[in-house]
Amino acid sequence: MDFLFIQFLNGLSSASSLFLVASGLSIIFGVTHITNFAHGAFYMLGAYVAYTLTEAWMGAIGFWGGIIVAAGTVALFGALIEIILLRRIYRSPELFQLLATFGITLIIEDLVIQVWGAEDLLGRRAPGLDGAIDIFGQAFPTYELVLIALGPICLCALWLLFNRTRWGVLVRAATQDRMMVSALGVNQAWLFTGVFTLGVFLAALGGAVQIPRDAVHNAMDLQIIVEAFVIVVIGGFGNVLGAFLASFIIAELNSFGILLFPKISMILMFIVMALVLVVRPYGLLGKAETHARTALGNVVRPLAPLTRKAKNWVLAALLVFLILPIFADDFVLNVGSEILIFALFAASLHLMMGVGGMVSFGHAAYFGLGAYGVALLVKFLNMPMEAAIVIAPLLAIAGAIIFGWFCVRLSGVYLAMLTLAFAQISWSIIFQWDDVTGGDNGLLGIWPSEWASNQQAFYYMTLVIVIAALYAIRRIIFSPFGYTLRGCRDSLLRADAIGIDRLRIQWFGFVLAGSFSGLAGVLYAYLKGSVFPDYISIPLSVDGLVMVLLGGIQTVAGPIIGAGVFKALSTIIISHTEFWKIILGAFIVILVVAFPQGIVGFFLERFGSKEEDIAEEKQ
Amino acid sequence: MSSLVVKGLSKYFGGVKAVNNVDFEVQKGELLALIGPNGAGKSTCFNMLNGQLAADAGSIKLFDEEIIGLQPRQVWRKGVGRTFQIAATFTSMSVIENVQMAIISYHKRLLSMLPFAGSLYKEEAYELLELVSMEDQANRPCGMLAYGDVKRLELAIALANDPKILLMDEPAAGMAPNERIALMQLTADIVKDKGISVLFTEHDMDVVFSHANRVMVLNRGEVIALGLPSEIRENEEVQSIYLGTGAVYDEELVGNA
Amino acid sequence: MKSKLDVHGLNSYYGGAHILNNVHLKANASEVVALLGRNGAGKSTTFASLVGLVERCKGSIIFDDQEISDKPTHEIIRLGLGYVPEDRRIFTDLTVEENLLVGKQDERDGVRGWTEEMLFTLFPNLAEMRHRPGGQMSGGEQQMLTIARTLMGNPSMVLLDEPSEGLSPKIVEEMANAILEMKKHGLSIIISEQNLHFARLISDRAYIIEKGEIRYEGTMADLDKNDEIKNAYLAV
Repeated sequence: MDFLFIQFLNGLSSASSLFLVASGLSIIFGVTHITNFAHGAFYMLGAYVAYTLTEAWMGAIGFWGGIIVAAGTVALFGALIEIILLRRIYRSPELFQLLATFGITLIIEDLVIQVWGAEDLLGRRAPGLDGAIDIFGQAFPTYELVLIALGPICLCALWLLFNRTRWGVLVRAATQDRMMVSALGVNQAWLFTGVFTLGVFLAALGGAVQIPRDAVHNAMDLQIIVEAFVIVVIGGFGNVLGAFLASFIIAELNSFGILLFPKISMILMFIVMALVLVVRPYGLLGKAETHARTALGNVVRPLAPLTRKAKNWVLAALLVFLILPIFADDFVLNVGSEILIFALFAASLHLMMGVGGMVSFGHAAYFGLGAYGVALLVKFLNMPMEAAIVIAPLLAIAGAIIFGWFCVRLSGVYLAMLTLAFAQISWSIIFQWDDVTGGDNGLLGIWPSEWASNQQAFYYMTLVIVIAALYAIRRIIFSPFGYTLRGCRDSLLRADAIGIDRLRIQWFGFVLAGSFSGLAGVLYAYLKGSVFPDYISIPLSVDGLVMVLLGGIQTVAGPIIGAGVFKALSTIIISHTEFWKIILGAFIVILVVAFPQGIVGFFLERFGSKEEDIAEEKQ
Repeated sequence: MSSLVVKGLSKYFGGVKAVNNVDFEVQKGELLALIGPNGAGKSTCFNMLNGQLAADAGSIKLFDEEIIGLQPRQVWRKGVGRTFQIAATFTSMSVIENVQMAIISYHKRLLSMLPFAGSLYKEEAYELLELVSMEDQANRPCGMLAYGDVKRLELAIALANDPKILLMDEPAAGMAPNERIALMQLTADIVKDKGISVLFTEHDMDVVFSHANRVMVLNRGEVIALGLPSEIRENEEVQSIYLGTGAVYDEELVGNA
Repeated sequence: MKSKLDVHGLNSYYGGAHILNNVHLKANASEVVALLGRNGAGKSTTFASLVGLVERCKGSIIFDDQEISDKPTHEIIRLGLGYVPEDRRIFTDLTVEENLLVGKQDERDGVRGWTEEMLFTLFPNLAEMRHRPGGQMSGGEQQMLTIARTLMGNPSMVLLDEPSEGLSPKIVEEMANAILEMKKHGLSIIISEQNLHFARLISDRAYIIEKGEIRYEGTMADLDKNDEIKNAYLAV
């Protein structure tokens, strides 16, 4: 009993930090509509800067001063990023902003290693609070008690700020309708900067107060950003009280989960999030998204069949791929196969998010399920490649059927987060189920059939399958089903009013996208000869998003080109420098600023036909 | 003959009776206008009629068939078309594709993946566009249409499944006076031609008094008057809660169509 | 006499489309001017251009002897040019009082200011619901709140985009009275309208806009007599 109470207190003290980070994320999203992926990086920076300052400054004043100054410094850094970068992209689609903050995260991760080294750093205890008090005969660190108080104090402070000051009321107003706020004479740019700075301050503070508890290390950003997202979703976007409740739930879940369900402790929060979303599609205290917010990745340019000029380009590209083996060595062919596979992966994600309007943060799930499908068929049934390629995607399809049924009942960010939850749950099953999946060690020895075992033959096989699949996706997009899927994205109201069963259509679209993704995973397993839990992990899902957005979401060709550019670039960068994260991050940021419509969108705008404009002028 | 018979229709939000025990019938071939102050329950009423909102009590019979409790898409398949106050169209498609979608849905080919959607039922869609004089804009992106044209497109879409009754939510809102009259005239012609009925809400009394066959007045969720336009116009209760002095609509009635 | 607002050669573009073509517009102190035209003619774009909400826009806009065409929206508003957009855009989560607080600005020299109490006198309905969230108000109440909110900024001129749209005839009459009260208070007002009956009740002068160009200007009384113009552009 006493032990449980201590465990409960431990949960409470973690809840405070989680709340600081999550409320900052929530406030920033509410006003600027930016899904700030870099929020975890600011949390990490807060911890590092606080480490340096508290090492340098002595005494209690030095310690707490160091914490506050660290949070303030990082907040100013955040303000600078907002002014220099984010202000340029507020008009871009929301997913592009997410991409930009992802780039910032990569840069900060590498910078931290350059400045503070790759070793874990152990921070100082808070002077005067380094002892413990006796609770039911158990020693409980005094510092933790301070943390427990910090959460509610910050909640009250935020409540007062938002309800008792004019600035706070302006922030709440801007959360609903930013254009109207500026039409009432409020300087929107500075309001945004202020909100972003406040949010970053909270994140950095959350990181800074962690240093007496945990080692400071360069991977703490990813863990916290995922947790913070989960909390914001459970609580309801833009709702600070909801974030508070959810922080408590998640922290206690972490605290007790490790005791009760050690095997699945890592994914407990995703299971809880999935359950909450099934019952309350907008989180515990969230409300349905208002009209002011367009769907993630929404586009209005009509998809058009290929023009003659575009057809020639496609044929030329095909020709290049066909004759590539004549002058390319095995390494290039290997990269070529990989690019083709990821082109299919990206195209399948585009079918779901671009055409279907359902953004997925966990598309790797189906890729990984496909890959593991092959591995299991080979390992347990010794199935030949030809049969496995046909049967293995069924595992991905089964996953998509189950996960999709839940996901299509949500929309927007909530849907995206549920896809992430299911991907993490799949990942965890594969990671933990050693006997069948090999756990962390993966499964090895998945070789293609004899005839396809040399690079060249495998490359051609991949080429044929991928081209056929891409053609199928394209046909689907222009078929009645593809139109219907797009219709559901454009206007649910209208879809409903002309007899379209939205849930069924989107579910079907979800499953189709998952099966093509699974097919890509199958090919990838054969290309690498092995499968690992990485194939189902968050970074791969993020890669998919980057590819689609990079290429441009509003065309069918965009994601394919995005996949090529992204894969080729990351292969080159990784093999030439150890600063690959900084370079890739900077590259992504520059692309987002320079090509807000994606690469293909950019070229269409510059060099594409101007028929719409001409039609408009004739009117 | 009545195409739609509504009895005891009610909806409560918390303790508020948004729509309370409403009875009315829509005759075959008539235009019935539903008017009332903002917040009187007109939209709630409409949303229950097409299934978007679940009614708390009552019955809605379409040609003797109970349709209460059905989903909007099922109500549509029974023959109830709808246009929206704030136009809802598929903005990433062209004008004709919007109509084609409705026809594809009517023929239950939504899941078909082999044909090109752009070439299905093109002639039928074109004919519907001709009916509302939108044929010369068939290939424009829907997002670029002028407001009045979107309303006409919505009418064409609503006609795609040969409806028995049309629900039109403020069909003339946001249009110039001449466009309003033209749209309502067009609607009246179609009603006569196809033998369907129309139930519409509207704040423009010029439109209501010139085109409605009968007018129903809703206040605080209850029907307070139902009758010929001329009767409603002279009804003192309606004047005091809704019509006012008449200064902001036409003094002389445009002849009844 | 010097104009309160003087617009010359205003051109606006949206995407590839040329929406406004050399629009000109004048309004004097304490005058109500109507901008008439059908939907899509360019009324809303004109207003949005005046307050800097249209990205690609060129031309000269002189407000109180000051060129404002190159200023950002919030600075234009702070000079005393109030703007009420057509879709009301109430902050639905905020109470009536909080909505008003967002609009609040310091008083300007030479402009009669507004207090919350004065606004509650102008729109008596609002006084009874100070603590009600905007989302729980009827369309007519929201329209009054959105005007009151803009008046909290103590403007010397207000642009009202389709204030009668979607309102019952009786509320439209109340709106007309409120606008005449505002005029008495010393405000210049430009309204965009499709409802000629309503515009006639309150306006001194009128412009007609069609396909992004000004096709007619004159006093409201003259327009009222000119059936030819009315038939050509307004067709009543």
